[in-house]
Amino acid sequence: MGSANHLDFLLYGAFPYIAMVLLLVVTIQRYRQRAYTYSTLSSQFLENRQHFWGSVPFHYGILFVLLGHFVAFLVPRSILWWNSHPARLYILEITALIGGLLSLIGFVSLVLRRGSNNRLRAVTTPSDWILSVMLLVQIATGLGVAVFYGWGSSWFASTLAPYLWSLVKLNPDVAAVVPMPWLVKAHILGAFALVAFFPFTRLVHILVIPNMYLWRRTQVVRWYGTNQGRVEHRKRSAQDQQQR
Amino acid sequence: MDVRSQVSMVFHLDKCIGCHTCSIACKNVWTDRKGTEYMWWNNVETKPGTGYPTKWEDQEEYRGGWELIDGKLRLKSTGKARIVPNIFHNPSQPSMDDYYEPWTYRYEDLFNAPEGDDQPTAVPISKVTGELIDIEAGPNWDDDLGGSEIYAKNDPNMASLTPEQQSQMMAIERLVFFYLPRICNHCLNPSCVASCPSGALYKRGEDGIVLIDQNVCRAWRSCIAACPYKKTYFNWNAGKSEKCILCFPRLETGQAPACFHSCVGRIRYLGVLLYDADKIEDVASRKDEELIDAHRDMVLDPHDPAVIAGARANGIHDSVVESAQNSPVYKFVKDWKIALPPHVEYRTLPMLFYVPPLLPVMSQRNGDTIESVSEDLFHAFDQARAPLEYLGNLLGGGNTGKVSYALRKQMAVRLWRRAVTVGDITKEAAEAALREADCTPEEADEIFKLSTTATFDDRFVIPPMHREEAIEMMKDTDDHRRETGFGFLTGPRRGS
Repeated sequence: MGSANHLDFLLYGAFPYIAMVLLLVVTIQRYRQRAYTYSTLSSQFLENRQHFWGSVPFHYGILFVLLGHFVAFLVPRSILWWNSHPARLYILEITALIGGLLSLIGFVSLVLRRGSNNRLRAVTTPSDWILSVMLLVQIATGLGVAVFYGWGSSWFASTLAPYLWSLVKLNPDVAAVVPMPWLVKAHILGAFALVAFFPFTRLVHILVIPNMYLWRRTQVVRWYGTNQGRVEHRKRSAQDQQQR
Repeated sequence: MDVRSQVSMVFHLDKCIGCHTCSIACKNVWTDRKGTEYMWWNNVETKPGTGYPTKWEDQEEYRGGWELIDGKLRLKSTGKARIVPNIFHNPSQPSMDDYYEPWTYRYEDLFNAPEGDDQPTAVPISKVTGELIDIEAGPNWDDDLGGSEIYAKNDPNMASLTPEQQSQMMAIERLVFFYLPRICNHCLNPSCVASCPSGALYKRGEDGIVLIDQNVCRAWRSCIAACPYKKTYFNWNAGKSEKCILCFPRLETGQAPACFHSCVGRIRYLGVLLYDADKIEDVASRKDEELIDAHRDMVLDPHDPAVIAGARANGIHDSVVESAQNSPVYKFVKDWKIALPPHVEYRTLPMLFYVPPLLPVMSQRNGDTIESVSEDLFHAFDQARAPLEYLGNLLGGGNTGKVSYALRKQMAVRLWRRAVTVGDITKEAAEAALREADCTPEEADEIFKLSTTATFDDRFVIPPMHREEAIEMMKDTDDHRRETGFGFLTGPRRGS
């Protein structure tokens, strides 16, 4: 266990909170005041073929990997229990690696697509490029950790999940991160940097996934005001007509 | 009975001269912003032709509208069952290449070019990238059958015609075409609304106008694939879908929509239809050949006391019912039955109806000369140049019966008016023709009047929108009046 210095406290003790506060405040403020900017900003309309080979593997890959991170964070014991048989550990590590590779391949092809197509370059903002670099670094460091520091699913659950929980409990255990290899540290910092940058980018589309679609009625009809207002109004106008 | 009100439309194709004034009026009002240049909320197509976007009627390719599977309606593109695995890449979304890359010209070259022997030219540049582009196609590239070997020949409505009929339509001596102006049909069973994962699209309860809530749209793009008429468009700059809004801000202030107002040929009619919303699902799931009748049966008689009572119970204002009673659309669609929904087989129940064009043979070739056929001006319409099957595919849901009824009646009206005004046809003969066409002299005069000399107010019977009542529900009307025009508006800025 190395001792944590001031910089470590800033990076692993304070920065995560700054990032989370930014995420909360700015996304809510942006949703309330500029809901129009909440969009996936899809570019499929401008380029339809490479889009499939980039967007689909990237999204499925990253979703799978993120899901793994979440499960390991929320119920670390479940991962440790699963990994108690070597065969199951191999299966998990390999599928996670495949997920990471899918997201890398997908994202690289999305970036290449964006860079090589004039139409796409015309709708790409500086924030898109910054985000692309950040995501690329994040996926690369993640894959690097998976390759060079094996069995991450187990040691993440036993060392980093407690660190994340210490953040949640407002008592950051910086010392748990300090002895980590620099690649792991870069991945942690990159993650919080992404969280901080998130509300300023197109990433907000994650927050507005169409979760109600599957349960709602097929057709949507909107009336002026509320339905109650309409019913009352209906009664009022019926009374008016009787009086006439 | 769930009585609802729908602002509906009739386009009289026999009168459309294909001038595109409607398209330009719409473009100048709504779609001259960045990202919308390629959108033609109103466009006019030459038929036969592939239309805009190219071959939009080919639902095998575009997967728009509904299909009937074991008697159940299902979206052909991505409904509830298929959206989840396809959310990251819409499998049936058209791309800009199916429309065209919008362009302008580098006009400053006309002024900045160095002095030389040649006239300077303004080169075309893309409105997306700003770079030089080689224009290959655009909307109305096939106007008036231009390039018909490529365009008209590939019209999806021609597919079911016999080879003889197809070659007939293409033979230079018998060339036939007409214009099809198109806007959003503001359907009763809109597939765009049903497909939107965000619930951004909705039908307005009071007047049935279909809109996209720009603050809720997240660019999942399902509506673009799902609309079989391809009347929702993707704003590639703002990352939002947009569509025809039937100029609701104009309607709410008693003005006709811009495309209606500007129509030179006066082919457009607008008015309220009352319909029974309980029947939507049942009607939309009928067999192809029953669709037109079932769709027409949904439209309720605004003079029927039961309907009026039902309208009142549903909060429809008496003034709207009165407007429905004077609706020109009701006359064309229900009374006279000469206006038909386009491609009713898409099962969206469109509320824009078309009066099919007669397309009579006006002259014929005799050796090297072209003679007019004045003696036989009103010949049997089945000799008209467009095969009935073609019109049947477009406006009859694949059947010719309804189209031939509408054409026969229009022809009889012409004969009748010829007998009245010129007199070279006996009234008896004209009356016989009317009888045969299920028409009376009185009805014929009415059709004649509304088709020819109708005034602005006859053609556009705009219902009072009662915005004041809507405002009343939300806030004090007096406050609203004082505040109108103040406040801050932000432009449609692309999210970063």
